[in-house]
Amino acid sequence: MRRTIVILLSVLAVAPSGARAAGELNVVATTEDLASLAREIGGDKVSVVALAKGYQDPHFVDPKPSFILSLNRADLLIAVGRELEIGWLPPLLTSSRNAKIQPGAKGYLDASLNVRILEIPSGQITRAMGDVHPLGNPHYWLEPGNGRLIAQAILARLGELAPADRAYFAQRYADFDKRLAAGEKRWDALMAPYKGAKLVTYHRSWPNFMERFGLEVIGYVEPKPGIPPSPSHTLELIDEMKRQAVKLIVVEPYFDLKTPKSVASQVGGSVLVMAPSVNGAKQATDYIQLFEYDVNLLAGALKQATGK
Amino acid sequence: MRALWRVCALTGALLATPAVVLAQTAEQAQALRTEIDQLKKDFDAKLAALEAKLAALPGGAGAAAPTAPAPEAPAPTAPAPQQQTSQVPAGAGGAGGASASLPVYGQATGGSKIFNPDIAVIGNFIGATGSNQVAPAPSLQMQESEASFQAVVDPYARADFFLAFGEEGVDLEEGFITFTALPGGLLTRVGKMRAAFGKVNSLHNHVLPWADRPLVTTNLVGGEEGISDAGISVARLIPNPWLFLEATGQIFRGDSGETLFRADRRSDVSYIGHLRGFHDLSESTNVDLGFSYAYGHNPAGLVDGVDVGRFTTSLFGVDATLRWKPLARALYRSFVGRAEVIWSRRDQFDGLQRSVGFYVSGDYQLARRWFAGGRFDRSDRADQSSIFDTGQSAILTYWPSEFSQVRGQYRRTDYGVGPTANELLFQFQFSIGAHGAHPF
Repeated sequence: MRRTIVILLSVLAVAPSGARAAGELNVVATTEDLASLAREIGGDKVSVVALAKGYQDPHFVDPKPSFILSLNRADLLIAVGRELEIGWLPPLLTSSRNAKIQPGAKGYLDASLNVRILEIPSGQITRAMGDVHPLGNPHYWLEPGNGRLIAQAILARLGELAPADRAYFAQRYADFDKRLAAGEKRWDALMAPYKGAKLVTYHRSWPNFMERFGLEVIGYVEPKPGIPPSPSHTLELIDEMKRQAVKLIVVEPYFDLKTPKSVASQVGGSVLVMAPSVNGAKQATDYIQLFEYDVNLLAGALKQATGK
Repeated sequence: MRALWRVCALTGALLATPAVVLAQTAEQAQALRTEIDQLKKDFDAKLAALEAKLAALPGGAGAAAPTAPAPEAPAPTAPAPQQQTSQVPAGAGGAGGASASLPVYGQATGGSKIFNPDIAVIGNFIGATGSNQVAPAPSLQMQESEASFQAVVDPYARADFFLAFGEEGVDLEEGFITFTALPGGLLTRVGKMRAAFGKVNSLHNHVLPWADRPLVTTNLVGGEEGISDAGISVARLIPNPWLFLEATGQIFRGDSGETLFRADRRSDVSYIGHLRGFHDLSESTNVDLGFSYAYGHNPAGLVDGVDVGRFTTSLFGVDATLRWKPLARALYRSFVGRAEVIWSRRDQFDGLQRSVGFYVSGDYQLARRWFAGGRFDRSDRADQSSIFDTGQSAILTYWPSEFSQVRGQYRRTDYGVGPTANELLFQFQFSIGAHGAHPF
């Protein structure tokens, strides 16, 4: 019995490992936003897989073994970084058996290194503040300018991994850049009337987005990041919203709507479920469509709320 | 950067030269001398050029620290990244002149702290009320405080240490190195570790959905500790188009639990084989199947400390886990159903004992912070298969946050020998330090 098992294991050990599609770079992105940007640049020279879905809370993703298979074959891993994936990516990386995508290797791209990061805590931080991110707010992709910087980082890295296709990538980037710039013009114009408008969000997912469009977040449904709503905090929030005449609550699709709805009804306002990621809503099919969807939705809601 | 390397190479050449000179004839020595002079001149010139370059750099001081590479993308609009990517400290340039930013462990402020491992401590406090005359536990105990130290060793490996502090002693629960970059896709671990036998055996106490371990672990798999030993583990993915399949082979010294394995000679090693299959039925539902085998020498043949019997134990295990978690509602709803069956063939003086045991459990998440679960246990005893124990548990768990947990468990155990036990266990668990990964 023992011998049979030893023999069986050795046969398994020498079996050939997975075949790769020739000429195509396998890219794995931790979120659908990064995956969409990688597709914009890589076109048909890359095959892109996203691990977390856009309608899923990216802080809490099960490190399923099926992800290990994708990572095992990857030539490039693009991560959000800033400890967003700290709860699930490290064990997957260890089990990936892929030296190419370990942190520090050429195949590991932390997309946060060149972008504008907000809410970097200064001074002493403790978990009494909730699930704080010591390296700053990781939801930075929700600002088109940052999207452009991420795309540039991807462009540079793909160029290093596939030097022969550099010109192709550069041309795809130029095209994306043009479409993004056109989009930014539209979105800025749509949001222009509401500069300075105040609103409330569920989690701190939107600082980059709100800063870009000149909106002010006066409070959160969560008392502290990652801590579910508490009655006392909810009462305070209602008072504050009434005092400042704030009518709008923005919620991510993966949070419960019960508390936001009851707060909204107390202040005579409304709840708006915005997409925090590509595919976070049906219409948000890629990075540009994500803003198209969110900006139109928000501008519509602000129009109702402010009457402008 | 390249210039710096040249300087290093030249310095190396200069240092090596004198030894050679001794072995040369006078003429050759003369030739060498002129060569050295030339090298010196070159060296001085290059050094001067380099110094000038360094001085011209912004921030002037230009210590000999390796400089960061030019950013790939245009400069960020905010000075933010500077605070995030810690530079390689001066004097750390030796190992191949690392020049890129390093991962930041924790929130290091001083240069040397950057390399400190991630540290976390998890406290596990258990209280028990009710009666149990067969396996009584103290009324209140700080059962375990697990300290973990985890970091990357070098580009090829990472290391994980888990020290279990009981109320009295300290025990190395696990301590191993994992080679992440071996050819052939072999994930290799060397050290002391929990064996890949079944499902619960590989899990630490604090990640179990119960306050205790199932009866089958206690009866057949070496007591509360389970199979945990010093050894070598090799795991490999088996490529196939249908599912995730991983085969693990492990060799241990052969000392596990109090009654399971005991090595009397160096050749008495124990073997573990494990095959794990995982498949996503849909994006919210998946199944996890495992087949395990363990073999080793048991202590049944010990007479006055000498293993005269030379008896062995074989264990076979099958485990199945069904998970359901709708992704968009993942914070609020989930279900994990699990079953594990273990067969034991234990040789001893009175002949071969064939025992079997199993548990079935289910855990349902009622709300963001609330979980309710149940477990049914039944297991023969390894050394006397005619006696079996059964148990039933109902569990309620509350999570104030991701980092703490309060649990109550009602447990009724019908022992094959001795009075039935009715107990209420309560458990407090709390974790501080680095944000560890959630186990799957």
